[in-house]
Amino acid sequence: MTDVRVAGVGLTRFGSHPDRTGRDLFATAALRAFEDAGVPREDVEELNYGNFMGALAEHQGHQAPLMAEAAGVSCPSTRYEEACASAGVAVREAVRTVRAGDADVALAGGMERMTNLPTDEVTEGLAIAADDLFEVRAGVTFPGAYALMATAYFDAYGGEREDLAHVAAKNHANAVPNEYAQYRKEVSVEEALDAPPVAEPLHLYDACPITDGASALVIVSEEYAAEHDVDAPVAVTGTGQGTDRMSLADRQHLARTPAADDAADAAYADAGVGPGDVDVAEVHDCFTIAEVLALESLGFFDPGEGISAARDGVTTADGDLPVNLSGGLKAKGHPVGATGGSQIAELTRLLRGDHPNSERVADAEVGVAHNAGGTVASAVVHVLEVAK
Amino acid sequence: MSAPASNGAYDEWLDALGDGEGYALVCPEGHGSLPPRRVCPECGSATLSEERLAGTGTVETYSVVHVAGPQFADDTPYVTAVADFGPVRITGVLRGVEPGSDAVAVGDRVAVGVEERATDGAPLVAFRPAGGE
Ligand SMILES: [Zn+2]
Repeated sequence: MTDVRVAGVGLTRFGSHPDRTGRDLFATAALRAFEDAGVPREDVEELNYGNFMGALAEHQGHQAPLMAEAAGVSCPSTRYEEACASAGVAVREAVRTVRAGDADVALAGGMERMTNLPTDEVTEGLAIAADDLFEVRAGVTFPGAYALMATAYFDAYGGEREDLAHVAAKNHANAVPNEYAQYRKEVSVEEALDAPPVAEPLHLYDACPITDGASALVIVSEEYAAEHDVDAPVAVTGTGQGTDRMSLADRQHLARTPAADDAADAAYADAGVGPGDVDVAEVHDCFTIAEVLALESLGFFDPGEGISAARDGVTTADGDLPVNLSGGLKAKGHPVGATGGSQIAELTRLLRGDHPNSERVADAEVGVAHNAGGTVASAVVHVLEVAK
Repeated sequence: MSAPASNGAYDEWLDALGDGEGYALVCPEGHGSLPPRRVCPECGSATLSEERLAGTGTVETYSVVHVAGPQFADDTPYVTAVADFGPVRITGVLRGVEPGSDAVAVGDRVAVGVEERATDGAPLVAFRPAGGE
C-alpha cells in the first residue's frame, strides 16, 4: 500500500456568487489546486466529485463529466452524494484509489450552489437529507433536527445556550483572517444569544449560512511526488467512515453520533494515532451543537463533556486543541457538497504553514477532519500528518 | 400538482395511526421499526409482526421551529417532538400548546394521531398533550 500525499489544494471564496454557475466555481477551485500542486492536469487519472443538491439548485444531474470538462481533465469521473459529507466521501474514495495503486494522481473535491434559490427552497432542499416519510413530513427541518439533538443533549448532560454561543463566537473570530471565509466578522456571545430563533434552542448564530463555493484537492501517491519532484509535505494517513440509522428517532441515543465514533476509530487505527496525538481539528459545525457532538465522537471529550470546550478556551485559537481555525462551516460557510474537501484543504494549509492562522499551531504535526452527512447518519474522518 | 403517489405500507401505517390503531413492526429479538420494512434494520430478521402501540408516549426531545420550507410555511412557528412509544420512537408536530420553549418538557406524556398540515392540508403525525398532566 502506497502512502498518499496532498499535492495541492484549491478553494473559491465561500459566500454568495450570484453570477457564477456551479461549473465555473468548480473550475476555479480545480485551477487553483493544479497551480498549488504544480501537477499537470493530464496526469489526473480519476475525478471524485461531491455534490448534494445540484438537481434542485441548477436543474443539473450527471455532474461528474461536466466537472471533468470544467476542470480540463480527461479521465473516469464520478459524483458522490452523501448530503453534507459528499466531498468527504469523494476525498476518501480518491485516497483509497491511490492507495490501491489504481491511480497515481486523483482530483477530488466538490461544489454546491445554493444562494440562487429562495431561502424556503434551500430549507426544503436541505431537509431532504433527512428521512422524507418519518421526518420531513413530520415537520423536521435541517436546523430543527439539530435543535432536537441540542434539547436532548441539554436534558441528558446539562449545558445551555450560552455554551453554544461561545462556539459561534470562537469560529467567527477564527474566520476573520481567512480570505476564503463568508463571514469575516466577529460575533460576540451576547449577539449570538440575542439573535432571532431558527429552531429553538438554536438561534441565527448557531447555524451555518447558505453558501456557494467549491473545493478541489490534488491527491498523489508518495512515489509520484518523489519521481516528479512535487512538494507535498502533508500526508493523508488515516481515513474512516461510519453509518447510522437515517432517522434521529431510530438512533440509540438522541445526543450522540456513533457514525462519527466509528469513522474516527477507523481513521485513528488506520493512521496509528489516537485522539491525544491530534494538534488541530476541522470539524463539521453546521450548527454549534454539531461541533460539541463532533468533539465527543473524535474522542477529545467524553460524552457530555464537550459542551464547555469553547467556553473554557480549550478549542479556541490559543487553546490546547484549536478547532475550526478556518472559521468552520459556521463562519467560513457551508457549500454542502464542497465542505469535506474544504476542511482538508484548510487543514493542509494549516499544517504546511501557509494558512493565515498557521502561527496558532506552529508545531502541529497531526490534524483531523470530521465531515458529517445529515444528522450524522453518515460521517467521514481523515487524519492528516506532516510527512516525516 | 398531481395527486401524490402512494407510499404503500407507510400510507397504511399512517391511516392506522389516524384511526387510533398505530403499530410498530417487531422482530423475534424485540427490535421495533416502522414500515415499510422487509427485514429488521437491527438484526436482519425477516420475521416481522405488527404490534399495537399505546396511544400515548413520552416526549424525549423537542424544538420550536420558526423557519420552515414551503410545505410548512403557514404552520410556523410549531413544535416538533420525538416521543417514545416503547418499541419505537415517533417524530411529529406537537399541537394544542403555545409554541414556545416552555411549551413542553422532556418527559411529558403526549397522545399521538394524524391531523392536517395548516399549509396544504396534507396528513401530519401530530401529538397532543395527554390528559391528566
Ligand atoms: Zn431485530
